[in-house]
Amino acid sequence: MATQSQSQFFSSLKRYYSFYTGGFVAFIIIVAILEQMGVPNKVLGYIFLAATVLLYAGIGVMSRTADVSEYYVAGRRVPALFNGMATGADWMSAASFIGMAGTLYLSGYDGLAFVLGWTGGYCLVALLLAPYLRKFGQFTIPDFLGARYGGNIPRSIGVFAAILCSFTYVIAQIYGVGLITSRFTGLEFGVGVFAGLGGILVCSFLGGMRAVTWTQVAQYIILIVAYMIPVVWLSVKHTGNPVPQIAYGYVLEKVTEREKVLNDATTPDGAKEAEVRAIFKQRQEAAEGKLKALEAGGVSYLAEEKAKLVKAAEDLKANKDADPAAVAAADKAVADFPADAAAATVAWKKAAAGAKAKAAPIAAHAEPFAGPDEAARDKKRKNFLALVLCLMVGTAALPHILMRYYTTPSVSEARKSVFWSLFFIFLLYFTAPALAVLAKFDVYTLLVGSSFSELPSWVASWAAVDKTLMSVTDINKDGIVQLAEITIGGDLIVLATPEIAGLPYVITGLVAAGGLAAALSTADGLLLTIANALSHDVYYKMIDPHAPTTRRLAISKGLLLVVAVFAAYVTSLKPGDILFLVGAAFSLAASAFFPALALGVFWKRANKWGAILGMAGGLGTCMYYMYITYPFFGVNAPLWWDINPISGGIFGMTAGFVGVIVGSLLTAAPSKEIQDLVDHVRYPNLEGDIKTEAA
Amino acid sequence: MQLTEKHKQYWQKNLRMTGVLLAIWFVATFVIGWFARDLQSITILGFPFPFYMAAQGSLIIYVVIIWYYARAMGKLDREYGVHEGDE
Repeated sequence: MATQSQSQFFSSLKRYYSFYTGGFVAFIIIVAILEQMGVPNKVLGYIFLAATVLLYAGIGVMSRTADVSEYYVAGRRVPALFNGMATGADWMSAASFIGMAGTLYLSGYDGLAFVLGWTGGYCLVALLLAPYLRKFGQFTIPDFLGARYGGNIPRSIGVFAAILCSFTYVIAQIYGVGLITSRFTGLEFGVGVFAGLGGILVCSFLGGMRAVTWTQVAQYIILIVAYMIPVVWLSVKHTGNPVPQIAYGYVLEKVTEREKVLNDATTPDGAKEAEVRAIFKQRQEAAEGKLKALEAGGVSYLAEEKAKLVKAAEDLKANKDADPAAVAAADKAVADFPADAAAATVAWKKAAAGAKAKAAPIAAHAEPFAGPDEAARDKKRKNFLALVLCLMVGTAALPHILMRYYTTPSVSEARKSVFWSLFFIFLLYFTAPALAVLAKFDVYTLLVGSSFSELPSWVASWAAVDKTLMSVTDINKDGIVQLAEITIGGDLIVLATPEIAGLPYVITGLVAAGGLAAALSTADGLLLTIANALSHDVYYKMIDPHAPTTRRLAISKGLLLVVAVFAAYVTSLKPGDILFLVGAAFSLAASAFFPALALGVFWKRANKWGAILGMAGGLGTCMYYMYITYPFFGVNAPLWWDINPISGGIFGMTAGFVGVIVGSLLTAAPSKEIQDLVDHVRYPNLEGDIKTEAA
Repeated sequence: MQLTEKHKQYWQKNLRMTGVLLAIWFVATFVIGWFARDLQSITILGFPFPFYMAAQGSLIIYVVIIWYYARAMGKLDREYGVHEGDE
């Protein structure tokens, strides 16, 4: 293909991917026919997952390469449009595909922080970084830091930060891969993780960035088709309009009206809701009462309570006519009774908090920062805006995204490519809020008020799979479903939409394949970033600058394997909360990279010591804040200005900017060569220009 | 490498454009976000205004900002003779 011109290359790419899309649609139709012929759902799930993973592997094999520039930056000839699609897939992770609509369903307006943050960040990428990094044109982000600030220290901090945030992020992705494979194939979670990992590796292992790029374009097409079909169908079902993004304004009005009815105890539906809430209120008070008694009575209270339960169970058993279900329940209550005071505190606190949430009236979907008083609302507003800023700046600092703009043929293509990236990301992100509202409408009007004896089939089937995703319990024993009796896990919304909309199982399989594509594509990009930071920045640039090409690539591939297996191992331990891991990766990247990168382009005076101080200070501040405030670490220090640990990047970024500025002003201005380098990246083309692009 | 007056002008124009677009970005995100509760009574296409902006409006503004920047900078590059050769 080396002899092809860029425009020929572009048109043959368009042809390949049109064929590919057509082939994919044909494949869906064939699976749909198989379903009609009575092939069981589980087999359909296997077919979907196996076919897509094989496809990615096939692209990986076809794009194998032994050329350094092909391996690290796909030969720098990815057209803007295709780089945009690849960036879209690289960007949209399992959290965006599966989690986001659920977050919006559960938190309404406040969840839109993720929508805003994960799109608006591209303005910063386009205006402040992408074109300049492209002109610089080497292989990694630490490359830029190393060249702009000189010496190995800024590069090393960059390598450390790149690995830290990419690794945090990749764990969330592999977790998503494990979740999807285990749910749709019935494999165990740990096995699912390693099976998915195989799919990630065949691709990036053989062809590096080149294989990852062309696979990501294929994955984008699958994930966007998989996301759109069920939402369009649901929109037609509820509004008759096939454009959900326009139609859901009307549905949102209906949802808001319905919220008012359900919150108003004078209406028949509202009265039923109030009844259920009162029961939850009692449960909350009971749990709180037990907690108080435990504090006062200690271990002896715990023993007394347990004895009561044991006695109740024995009394029941003594009665010959006792209902066997009641006996089993009493035995279970004894078995589940917390073993010690610490376990009891945890269990009862959880019970009290759960019941308290259920006892509260329904939060209005469209109301920003709902709260009981001005102080609570203000706190929510502050955290909303802080999270938006951290996610945006983090977007403009995550190395696996910035790296993608090295792969375009020119500076002006890089600028256009950011536009295409955001456009393709936007397609999914402005659909997610519509999906959340449509699903909510379905639940509020069709599920609420239905009878427990004839629940919609999707409710029954998901409740059978996983109680944390969907459960309905008849709390007030009236045989009718009330909203407060439904518990929905966020991930359910996207996964169950095809069934809510009444679509055949083939679409559910398609959604699973889409979720897998989202998780795999992001994991690919992240693993490559980590392996490249180690092999290119540490080994080639710092340890052995004379290493031959074959050894550089061999080391890179070896490291990829080690990092991937290690990440899968960490994931199989199921650490922490996925949304927090993702948010933490953004805050960390924002603190470590953004100040040094942006000032490196826009402020010539920024120098080595400023960069060292700013990067280390920013990253250190952010890590320290997360460590002292995130409950997982057990320090639980008071928050600074009520900012949640996920937005710790606010403090990290501030420290980063102050560090770069103060450190630079206290030491000598950078050399003439470095100032020339800054001019070099600022102009797409200069006469008598220096050359930094690495081939 | 010596920068001419013309080169400096190019960079000034780029900075000005970047500044204006960032200001729009800031208003679309943070100013509307800050006043979200106060703007709740305005309705647009059936949506409360702040909800519409956070779910759709601001996103469209972001896409347009980036599209405009890529286009305008392409023009500016040619006008100041710093554009890249055609591939």
